[in-house]
Amino acid sequence: MAKTLFRWLFVPLLLIAAGIVISVYTVNNPTDSLVARALTYDSILKSLREHLWLMLVSMIGAIVVGVLVGIMLSRPKLYYLGRGVENVVNVGQTIPSLAILALFFTIIGLGFRVAVFALFLYSILPILRNTFAGIINVPDSIIESARGMGMSPFRILTLIELPLAFPIIVAGIRTAIVINVGAATLATFIAAGGLGELIVIGLSLRRDMIVLTGASLAALTAIILDYLIGQVEAKVVKWV
Amino acid sequence: MIKIENVTKKFPGMEIPAVKDLNLEIKEGDICVLVGPSGCGKTTTMKMINRIHEPTSGSIYIDGQDALKMNPIKLRLDIGYVIQEIGLFPHMTIEENVATVPNEKKWPKEKTKKKVAEMLTLVGLDPELHGKRYPSELSGGQRQRVGVARAMATDPPIMLMDEPFGAVDPITRAKLQNEFLRIQERVGKTIVFVTHDIDEAIKMGDTIAVMRDGELVQHASPNDLLSAPADEFVSSLVGRNRSIKRLHLIRIREILSDLDRPKPAKVDTSVDDIRKQLDESDIRSVMVVDRDNKLKGIIGINDLKKKTGEQAADYIQELDQSVTSDATLNDALSVMLECGEGYVAVVNEDDQYQGTITLGDLLNVVKEDE
Repeated sequence: MAKTLFRWLFVPLLLIAAGIVISVYTVNNPTDSLVARALTYDSILKSLREHLWLMLVSMIGAIVVGVLVGIMLSRPKLYYLGRGVENVVNVGQTIPSLAILALFFTIIGLGFRVAVFALFLYSILPILRNTFAGIINVPDSIIESARGMGMSPFRILTLIELPLAFPIIVAGIRTAIVINVGAATLATFIAAGGLGELIVIGLSLRRDMIVLTGASLAALTAIILDYLIGQVEAKVVKWV
Repeated sequence: MIKIENVTKKFPGMEIPAVKDLNLEIKEGDICVLVGPSGCGKTTTMKMINRIHEPTSGSIYIDGQDALKMNPIKLRLDIGYVIQEIGLFPHMTIEENVATVPNEKKWPKEKTKKKVAEMLTLVGLDPELHGKRYPSELSGGQRQRVGVARAMATDPPIMLMDEPFGAVDPITRAKLQNEFLRIQERVGKTIVFVTHDIDEAIKMGDTIAVMRDGELVQHASPNDLLSAPADEFVSSLVGRNRSIKRLHLIRIREILSDLDRPKPAKVDTSVDDIRKQLDESDIRSVMVVDRDNKLKGIIGINDLKKKTGEQAADYIQELDQSVTSDATLNDALSVMLECGEGYVAVVNEDDQYQGTITLGDLLNVVKEDE
C-alpha cells in the first residue's frame, strides 16, 4: 500500500521539488534589482495560487458540464442534435484562446470570474466532444446484447457505455488541461492574474529570468495534473 | 410455448416489410431453427420475440401470455440471448459477464458466484483459470462458450440464438454444436436458433423453419424437410446431396452398438497375441487402450514388421484425431477426410475408447436410407 502510494506520488513530488528549486534559485540570485523586485516568494506564490484557482475551477466546471451534456447528446432522441453540436464544437475549437478572452472582455468585462468563465467554455469543447464520440462509438452489438438481456437504458449507460467510453473521455480531459494551462497564462490580459502575470512583466522589463520562472511553473503544473489523471486512468481501465 | 400469429414487421422508410404475416408455433423443449438467405427476415423474426424489434402488427404469445403487453425488460430477463457478434462486455471479466443477468435480477452475491462457476464449468471453461480474464484474452471459441454461459445463467426457459457459433473455424464449430446439444439434452430449453447454414440447421433443429423474403416457406422436421421439400426454393436450399446431409441427423452412438468390432488391445498385450489376432481376421490394424480404457493409439500390420519390442506399447502410432460418440456421422466423415484415413476412433468425454467407425459404415447408412 505504502509502496503504491509512493509510486503514485513520486513523479509529482519530483516535479514540485523542481518548481521549488527554480523559485528559490531565482529569488536568491536575481540578475539585477528589477528582477529582485518582481520575483519575491510572495509574488510567485500569489501568481501560482491565482493560476491554480483559474485552472481548477474552470476545469472542474468543464468536466462536470462537458460530460453531462455529452451524455445527454448521445441519447438516441438527441442524436442528430448531438452531431450538429459536434460540428459547432469542432469549429469553436479553432478560435484562438486570446480571441476568446478578448471577446469576453468586450462583452462582460475584466477580472477573475470572466477569465474562469472563458477558460471553462474553452475547455468544455474537447471534453464534450470526446464524451459524445466515446459513447456513440460503443459497438451496437454490445448495446444490443445488453438490451436483449434485460438491462434498462440507465443501467446500460452506467454499466456499459460510460465505462467503455471512459478512456476517450479521459483523453478529452487531458487535451482540455493542455489547452487550459496555455490559455490560463493569457488571463493576465484581462486582469485575472496567474503565472501569465510573471511572463508579461518579464517580457515588458525584458528580463528572461522572470519569463522563464513563470513559464516553467505553468508547464510543471500542467505536467503534474496530466500525470495524475493518467494514473487514475491506468488504475480504472484494466481491460485493454 | 412460443406462438407467433400473423406478425408483420415493416421498418420505417422501407417499402417492403421485413417479415410478412408470419405464423409459427414452437413447442416447449424444441430447438426451432430459422434458416434462409440473408435478408429473409429470420433475425428480425427472432428479435421480435424479445421485442428488440416491435412487430408492426400481429401478436406473439409466450406460454399463453401476450408478450407485446408485458414489460419488455421483465420479458427479456427471462429469455436467454446470444447474438452473432456475441456482444461480450469487453470491460468486464468473464465472471462479471456471466453474472450480468443474475445481477439484473438482484440475486444475492453468493448465489450468483456459485451459479457463475457452475455455468462456466457447464460450457467447458475452468472458472479458476478463465473467470478473472477479460474477453480479449480468450479465443473465438471460448468467447462463444462464454456467450452461451451468460445467456443461460439464470436458467431462462427460452433462449434466442443468432448464429451463436458463426465466427469460429469448422472444427471448433462442430465441437461447440455437439457440446451444446449435449447440454440441451439435459436442460431441455425452448430455443429459437437463427442460421444461414442449412447443414447447421439440419444438425441442430428439432424443427426447421425455412424463410424467404419475409415469409415462412416450410416448417418441418429435418427429416421431412429433406425427404419432402415444399417447393423449388427449399429443395435448392437443402441441395442435391441429401443423403450426405442425412449424416448430420445420425449420432455415432446410434450406429456404434450395432457394429461388430474387434476388442482393442491393451498396452501390455504381447506382440505375438496382436499378430495372431490380425492374422486370423481380415482387419489390418487394432486400437490400443491403457488400463483405464483410455485410447492410446493404433497398431497396424506394417508397424509390427518395422519395429522390435515385446509389448503393444512399443508399436503404438498416435492418432491425430478422434471423435466423441455424440458427434454426428458427418463429423466423423470430416475427420476421416481431414486425416486421410478410412476410419476414426470414437471416445467418450473422458477419452475412453468406445469403438471405431469406418468409411464402409457410413456408406451402409447412406445406402439403407435410399
